[in-house]
Amino acid sequence: MTLYDIIFYLFALITIGSAMLVVTTKNIVHAAFALLLTFFGVAGIYVLLAADFLAIVQIMVYVGGILVLIIFGVMLTNKITSVEIKTGTLNVLTASIVIGVFMGLVVSIMVWTGWYSMPAPIPATTAYGLGETLISDYALIFELLAMLLLIALVGAASIARREKESL
Amino acid sequence: MYEFLNELLGNQILAMLLTAAVPLVFILLFTLFAVWLERKVSAHMQDRLGPMRVGWHGSLQLIADFLKILQKEAPVSLEADKPLYNFAPVLVFAGSFAAFAAIPFSSKLIGSEIELGLFYILAVSSFMVIGILMAGWSSNNKYSLLGAMRSAAQIVSYEIPTALVVLGMIMLTGTLSLTKISEMQTSSFWNWYILGGPGLSLSKFLLIPFMIIGFIIIYISTLAEVNRTPFDIPEAESELVAGYFTEYPGIKYAMFMLTEYANMFAVSAIVSILFFGGYQSPVGYLGNMLGIHWMIPFEQAFWFISKGLFFVFVQIWLRWTLPRLRVDQLMALCWKYLIPYAFLNLIIIGIISLL
Repeated sequence: MTLYDIIFYLFALITIGSAMLVVTTKNIVHAAFALLLTFFGVAGIYVLLAADFLAIVQIMVYVGGILVLIIFGVMLTNKITSVEIKTGTLNVLTASIVIGVFMGLVVSIMVWTGWYSMPAPIPATTAYGLGETLISDYALIFELLAMLLLIALVGAASIARREKESL
Repeated sequence: MYEFLNELLGNQILAMLLTAAVPLVFILLFTLFAVWLERKVSAHMQDRLGPMRVGWHGSLQLIADFLKILQKEAPVSLEADKPLYNFAPVLVFAGSFAAFAAIPFSSKLIGSEIELGLFYILAVSSFMVIGILMAGWSSNNKYSLLGAMRSAAQIVSYEIPTALVVLGMIMLTGTLSLTKISEMQTSSFWNWYILGGPGLSLSKFLLIPFMIIGFIIIYISTLAEVNRTPFDIPEAESELVAGYFTEYPGIKYAMFMLTEYANMFAVSAIVSILFFGGYQSPVGYLGNMLGIHWMIPFEQAFWFISKGLFFVFVQIWLRWTLPRLRVDQLMALCWKYLIPYAFLNLIIIGIISLL
């Protein structure tokens, strides 16, 4: 067992343990904060897979953006409206059927796919390759995504402005 | 650093721990010095003397204060959410300490020479936002919650102008590695990016005014990101007691203070790497002149820490000069002034670098 194996299992443990906590905890704010460790563990696994850019984007987007948004939402609804939001277990039968089918699907894909593996040198960084691919092969999608984000930004600004005028 | 220790000790884990310990020791010593500096600078600016009794001009005052704070009892309020309350200071400190992994103190003294250092530092600062929200929420105190909300809103907003200026610098240098950016500005202060970067061409002279604008924008926005006056509304002592760490006593309070000062140094270091050559000497190295090459990394560390301390001093100076901004003024400054100017600056830098 090399050092990398130890680190991999550490991150795997963090990811799975905190994901379990997200699902099982009764306190919704604890669930939101436990999600932080899940995102962090996944980022660590990306680093071990030599996907450095993806790991940092994972932290930047999920921890810095989405999680902050979730926590703001949860904190505001939980404390300020003084309504106790608790998570509970509902529809056990339906949920276990759906999860069972989904898990069977994932496992069967994992087992039956003829994975093509070969030893490859670990690149120093994936940033240059990703950048080139984004502006050559996927240029149209890249630009369309930029348009989408711009539209979302304009929409957010217009919603914020309308509320201000009605006051 | 890590490779050298790994060869010396023959043990990966020990080498990693030692590599990580260097910035930790630096943060501790720096915080002791910076708090003392802050008290002395503020005292002299207000025509007082500040701490004078312990040691020469009160230089040992902070060691006494630190010992005192270690001995304090750490009560937890009954209504607090205990797991989150205890975890928050650790998370906040981890977020700021993680940034030090990629900061090059000299060409040899760097935790990890990752290619995406700059991007990494921008990303890990988001752990701090979560930690601050956690501290504010788990304290179960309205001052803490308000402070945490303000702090998170402020850090998230001011990340945008910072990122835009950093983007301009990335376009100019073509790399995200802090070591490579430092290496580009070698040999003389004439090659620093605040003076247009290395080389001698028309674009260098065209760049100078826009570099200065970029520097001002990033300095203001990083000042806001570390919650320093004039942007200290998250912990505004006259309205919110102490903001998100109101409920924290003793050693946990000390961790928040440690984080604040570590952040001050980290953002000063980033500004000095981007615009002022990082660890490069402005005039050339004594080690090169005398032919003693092992001296160069030590000289580089000296220059790097000096530049960092200078910008920390400017932060302290500003804190005791300017009044605090209101929340709406703060947001207006970010969204209506800094971001449009940063975008304009980005476009102009892009056009000039194409010339």
